[in-house]
Amino acid sequence: MAGRRTRREGPDADGARPPANTPATIAIRQVRRGDLPEVIAIDAAVTGIEKRKYWNAVFRRYGVAGEAQRQFLVAVDGGSVAGFVIGEVRDWEFGSPPCGWVFAIDVRPDARQRGVGARLLAAISAAFRRAGVTTVRTMLARDNTLILSFFRSQGMMAGRFMPLEMELGPR
Amino acid sequence: MKLQKNTRLALYSVLEFALAPTRHVAAAEIATKYGVSPHHLAKVLSELARAGVVESVRGVGGGYRFAGNARRLTLMDVIRMFEELSAPDGERREPGEETPVGRALSVVLAEIDEIATATFSSITIATMLRLLDRQQQDAVPRTTGRGGKPVPRRRKRDAGSL
Repeated sequence: MAGRRTRREGPDADGARPPANTPATIAIRQVRRGDLPEVIAIDAAVTGIEKRKYWNAVFRRYGVAGEAQRQFLVAVDGGSVAGFVIGEVRDWEFGSPPCGWVFAIDVRPDARQRGVGARLLAAISAAFRRAGVTTVRTMLARDNTLILSFFRSQGMMAGRFMPLEMELGPR
Repeated sequence: MKLQKNTRLALYSVLEFALAPTRHVAAAEIATKYGVSPHHLAKVLSELARAGVVESVRGVGGGYRFAGNARRLTLMDVIRMFEELSAPDGERREPGEETPVGRALSVVLAEIDEIATATFSSITIATMLRLLDRQQQDAVPRTTGRGGKPVPRRRKRDAGSL
């Protein structure tokens, strides 16, 4: 079961081989309530906005142990949170067969370039695979070159779907 | 998406050199492989060398080798050395561009340019090498393990930017 496996700590808890440059001390596991302040701090450091209320809501929805469809994983290095990834399996949205969506991934700036993001993506991909899906998808701003390059480096390519939007204007 | 001949040649060359980073690859080898004149290729390589992407070694066994950072150099970095994907505002106005129809068409073309730029800017030389590796693995028939079961191929992973 996805939840039970992701609760195991240790380098192999995600069922994926870590990249060669990943320190052996990094473990991927399911998020715990006590991790939340560090997750909020990483997000605030990267985006410049602290969103405590939002993260509490995300934790309530995705931090549930044993829930194969929803994943909120953290990378822990020496007792502190080095990064996190969140996603879920979505069924038949936009006519797409069930697939895994990654909608948040980040690594503490001082912990980057060590394969933490790759480990997190591998872990959530493994969890999605165990949940029965074979495609992982994400969406991000075109000018977010850093994260775009990261996903590209992990083998992701443009998908079959195109995001479209328009300004609704005032009422 | 159509890139100019020199740009494509530059990308081919950079990728060929990056595939064999420790070897000095002769320009003639690239010219033969991609069916271009050595003279034409020399101009492209000279531009790449000026930008520090490749370096040349003279003499016997000489040639070119990759001198950039494969994990930082993007396709866009190489493309920009040879062409502009889109003309900056106020430059290269096409006839009819200021008409209502021309302006509407420009909006669509600008969207395509933005997507192309985002794609080229997010793909590094290292990512391209992995794409090549995957294509080659996919082209090779999968070996079978004990009991005739297929052996899963293991993809090389990289830290990327995170």
